Amino acid sequence: MRLIATGNQTVGPYFHLGLTQMLIPTVAGPEVEGTRITIHGRVLDADQKPIPDAMLETWQANAHGKYAHPEDTQQKPLQKGFLGLGRVATDDEGKYSLTTIKPGRVPGPGGVLQAPHLNVSVFMRGLLRHLVTRLYFPDELSNREDPILKLVEPSRQATLIAKSAPGRTGVLEWTVITAGENETVFFDY
Amino acid sequence: MGSETIQEVRGYRRPEPGTQPAYLYPPYASTVRRAPTKPLIFMPHTLSEVTGPIFGHSSVAPGEDDLTHANGGEAVGPRIIVSGRVLDEDGRPVPHTLVEVWQANAGGRYRHRVDMPHSPLDPHFNGFGRVMTDAEGRYQFKTVKPGPYPWGNHPNAWRPSHIHFSLFGPAFVTRLITQMYFAGDPLLPFDPIYNCIPDENARKLLISRFDWETTVPNHANGYHFDIVLRGRNATPMEK
Repeated sequence: MRLIATGNQTVGPYFHLGLTQMLIPTVAGPEVEGTRITIHGRVLDADQKPIPDAMLETWQANAHGKYAHPEDTQQKPLQKGFLGLGRVATDDEGKYSLTTIKPGRVPGPGGVLQAPHLNVSVFMRGLLRHLVTRLYFPDELSNREDPILKLVEPSRQATLIAKSAPGRTGVLEWTVITAGENETVFFDY
Repeated sequence: MGSETIQEVRGYRRPEPGTQPAYLYPPYASTVRRAPTKPLIFMPHTLSEVTGPIFGHSSVAPGEDDLTHANGGEAVGPRIIVSGRVLDEDGRPVPHTLVEVWQANAGGRYRHRVDMPHSPLDPHFNGFGRVMTDAEGRYQFKTVKPGPYPWGNHPNAWRPSHIHFSLFGPAFVTRLITQMYFAGDPLLPFDPIYNCIPDENARKLLISRFDWETTVPNHANGYHFDIVLRGRNATPMEK
């Protein structure tokens, strides 16, 4: 017998009460190897207005391109203490900030390696089901051959690629626009 | 196949039609300026989607499953025991997964800076808890029954009593945030959030049932609520 999967419901305006008990703005501590990056940006609505009650969760591989999960059977190093999850909420100006390491490349369909990326879930009041998107890295040649980016029409791919902050090494900017002009690409997952 | 760079990935099933809400649902006004306007792009499940955070038992401290006292006193309101199982679509238990819950107090007020002061805060009720499912996917926590509360969606709008649930499951794509309701709540037919799920049978699965098994004499009523996460495709190529 097959059961029906439980329906999603919005996190509503009060999610901080339950979910920001476990904020994870630093995905990888100093003991985890890899190139440190800080990602910051804003979450905006269809009117380009900041969304002050959004939450982002990120899921990523380590610098070797290995996930801390039993189904990743690659023979690659995995340090203890690296969970791979980030969780941040936006402030009154719709801003968020996350510090992590740049992930390595992980296998994709047909054995093609994927470009380094963060998997991102977007939650907020007004979203009855969370949105899923990805963050890719600027100046990354492998973006051209990434099997998931290739599914996106070229004119919209830029919404998935973070920008280098001018003059600030290791700082990236990435804005999520949920609707309308320059709408971020979201996936049917 | 079998080389270390080619991993066959078995994806998760896509939702049955009508069992999940659409992003745009105008009766819930906040969806109008926040729902995406462009079609979502269908993606296959890769290693990135079939993996997800694994929490250890130490993630949850003793007592996080009891919301009925805080700050040195007992919360006001009818005590309830909420329990159930977390399963996948094939009925297999989802063991050792983190469940986070949050809710209003017995008067329908959230301990949150944006909630309207329509009813007082309870100094002894914080309104959040966490549990891990056991090896058979079971969870249980104790709380007070949350009250209904007014909101600004439409004139004289009231949310039915509900408890928010957040679950991870085994993979990035099994992430679920939902709300549990109570059988017989007269506000359910009028609530756009509950009614956003088109399929009536799927919608009713959000309603917990009264449960004698977990009802504690002279202390607490039991409510049973099972949660079903996405199941797995039988083969890697299935869509």
